[in-house]
Formats: sequence, C-alpha cells, structure tokens
Amino acid sequence: MPGTPALKRTPLHAAHMALDARLVEFAGWEMPVQYRGVIEEHLAVRKCAGLFDVSHMGEISIRGPRALDAVQRLTSNDAARLADGQAQYSALTTPKGSPVDDIIVYRFAADRFFLCVNAANDDKDFTWIQEHMPAGAKAEHVSDQYAQMALQGPRAQVILSALTDAPLTALSSFSFTEAPVAGRKAVIARTGYTGEDGFEIYCAPHDAPHVWEALLEKGQPVGLQPAGLAARDTLRLEACMALYGNDIDETTTLLEAGLGFIVKLEKGDFIGRQALLDQKREGLGRKLVGFEMVERGVARHGYPVSIGGERAGQVTSGTYAPYVRKNVGLAYLPSRATAPGSEFDVMIRAKPVRARVIRTPFYKRTR
Amino acid sequence: MYPENLRYTKDHEWIDVKGSDGTVGVTFFAQKELGDVVFVELPDVGRSLAQGEIFGTIESVKAVSEIYSPVSGTVLAVNTDLKDHPEQVNLDPYGAGWMVKIRLANSGEIGGLMESRTYQSLVGGGH
Repeated sequence: MPGTPALKRTPLHAAHMALDARLVEFAGWEMPVQYRGVIEEHLAVRKCAGLFDVSHMGEISIRGPRALDAVQRLTSNDAARLADGQAQYSALTTPKGSPVDDIIVYRFAADRFFLCVNAANDDKDFTWIQEHMPAGAKAEHVSDQYAQMALQGPRAQVILSALTDAPLTALSSFSFTEAPVAGRKAVIARTGYTGEDGFEIYCAPHDAPHVWEALLEKGQPVGLQPAGLAARDTLRLEACMALYGNDIDETTTLLEAGLGFIVKLEKGDFIGRQALLDQKREGLGRKLVGFEMVERGVARHGYPVSIGGERAGQVTSGTYAPYVRKNVGLAYLPSRATAPGSEFDVMIRAKPVRARVIRTPFYKRTR
Repeated sequence: MYPENLRYTKDHEWIDVKGSDGTVGVTFFAQKELGDVVFVELPDVGRSLAQGEIFGTIESVKAVSEIYSPVSGTVLAVNTDLKDHPEQVNLDPYGAGWMVKIRLANSGEIGGLMESRTYQSLVGGGH
C-alpha cells in the first residue's frame, strides 16, 4: 500500500514461512500469530513447551560509571537490589506515576545495564530515556543487534540443557547467564511472559535461525511446538501479566494497574515517585481486576463495563482462556466494586452480560 | 474444501438447499481465518431473516465475527450442539459445524449466490 512503511521482519521470518505460520502485522513487524492453532499452542506451553520468536522486542543498553543511578532515576523498581547476572521486572515512569513502558532490567555489571522493552514502545522509550538521562551514563539503542526467542513450559529446561553447558538448574527465576546455545553466543535469562518456567534467549540476528532450528529439533520429540503471538497473549492473560497498550499505558498509574510490587517508594527519588506517593496516601479511585464471565460471552479489549446500569469502566483484555477453560478478562473498576465475588455487566454488542470479579492470577503453576 | 453442491456468499457462509429448505454454516476459509472457535451465538427458532441480515456471531479465541443470512426466510432449527462443542465449526464446517436451517422465502435468491469455483477464486484457492 502506498504510504505504508514496509513491515520489519525478524531473522526467523523464513523459518516461520517454512512452518506455514500465519503472519500478521504487530507493532510494525510481520510476526507469526499462530502455527497449528492457538489452543493447541497454548496447551503445549502449559503441559510441555513452546518456542516463540520475540525478536521484535527492543533492547537498550545503559552504560557508564553512573549507570545504576540512571536506572534508579528512570525506573520504579529498585535496581540497587540486583547483583550481576540478575534481572527484574520494572517500569519506565512518567511524572504521573504511569508507565512509559513496562520493561525488564538486566544488570551485567555495576556500570552496564540492559533494558528489554516492548516493540511498540521501542523508539518512544529510547527517546524518553535520552531526554531524561542523568550525567554519567549513556544510553545506546541496540535493538538491531539482538534476536530473541522464548522457550517456555515445564520441559523448557530439559530441552535447553541438551544445547548448552550453562548450569540451568542453578539459574533461578530472573537470573541470567552468558553461555553458548547450540554453539552460538547467547544470553540465557530465566524469564518469560507465559506464567510457566522457561527461558528467554538473546543472540545475534545471524545466529538466530541456527538456534531456533536446534531448539525445535531437540524439543519436538518431547512435544515442543512453535507458538505464535496469539498463544503468547492468551498465556500471559491467563497468568494475569499486563499487556502494554491494553491493560496499562500512560493514562494508568502503576498502583491502579496492581503493579505496586514494582513500585519501591523507599529506594530514593525517581520520575513519578511523588505522584505515586500522593496516590498511595489518597487511595485509588479505580483498580485493575480479574474477572470471569458468568453468562456466556467473550469480553474483549475496549468493551464497556456497567454496574447497576451505569457505565463504570472498561475491559482492557479478554479472551477464552484455553487451560482454565473460562472466559476471563481484566477491567478497571471503581475501587469499591473490586472485591472478589462482586458482579458487574460487560456490554457485549450493546447487551449486558454478567461477569464476576475473581482472584488473580487465573492460572498459577504449581510445579 | 468447497463442496460443489453448496452455494457461497462473499461473507463466507455456505448454504445447502434441499427443496424449500437450506442448511447454513461458514466455510472452510472462514473457520481457518477465525482460528479456534469458542462460542457461537445463534438466533431463536421462528425468527424471520432478510437476505444479508446478521443472525449470529462467532467468537474465536482472537476475534469476534458476524454471520449473515445467505437468503431470506424463517429459522426452522439451530444447531444446539455448538453450545457445548463450538470446535465443530473448525473440525467439520460443512457437517457437524452447521448453524441454522432456514425455510426459504424466495428460492430465486439462490441463483445470485456463488458456485464453488467462483467462491474458490474469491478466497484464492485456500489450503
């Protein structure tokens, strides 16, 4: 189409084509949305393992003698708690206490941090960081230097251990290590976006097809399946992990979104700290809650929510959740209406359909 | 993929006409585009439909889409099995995945629907 910039392709594009994936536009990228089917891929990740191409994610490095101070200033979680080889979920914050983006912060060394950011926010984040960067540190936009794959599911460790000498058993959640995978230089992090155990593997773009093929070859005999963005979305929603642009954005504060666990007000000043302090003191007008549909119907992003016939909020994410086999979703509701068991209506094609607030996450792994 | 005894609409429904009644569902192409179907909302028996009128919705994991009546007529029966087994729309779109039976009000409308070959060229052969 004239005027439409060409979609970016990951280094695994040819591999997706060979697997007959359905490709869609996502955040300016041409990405696999599904291979064999979203439900099958979702269940493979819960019961065995799935392999995702997440090379569209952005990467920003922050280096310099004051790199830690810079990260502390820009983000809401406490990066001073990280040792080398540890990572944490965090957010770049606006002065209003809302996320510019939700990110993972990796500490390679005291003077070398690395941020993994959402594809849709990649350029916005880099600009924001540069505009708010304190002296003594320098940001570099390195998204083009990395491909990324997510190997997720209860069999992820068994599969990956056949391709690396890294001591995976000793690699705890949110830790990472630099070690070859299938003979290629890589960073292996015990992180993910599915609610399962698993790894996110960073490597050079030109090495990605080899690593992808090696993982599939080792994994397929034990049930590994390639999995697309559709399953990634249903998996993260079942585990109640926020999706930027759906559940959180610059109009929602971290506290409203239930992300208080990455808000460390006692760590010292950071952008948005005062607003979050004020909101904590004054109380929240609304909160993000998890719900299930009581009546038949599937809630979707943007559907209005009403209580007693009055507009009360909106659905931010909703789907059929394949593992728990319920229609579930997330919605912002007035705080007084957020106790588990509270009922409300989701307006589905102008008809009220009953829903109920339930405890989150909808799915929590037991292993 | 697109049986020759059926007629097709540009909105990806099929109709199997026998005498004055027609059975309606969505095509192989439609179910493939939708992905895994999780919920089908169908009309009440006895409802009268105009050609092109929306009579139901299909929810897949990823999306919702509407179902349009290929013909005018009255709903004679709906496939209540889809309530518990919506996946039949994916597994057997021309069989167990049928949606409604309609008593035709104007059998002349059938001539305006696409034959298999025409529909197949519309959806690019499908595979």
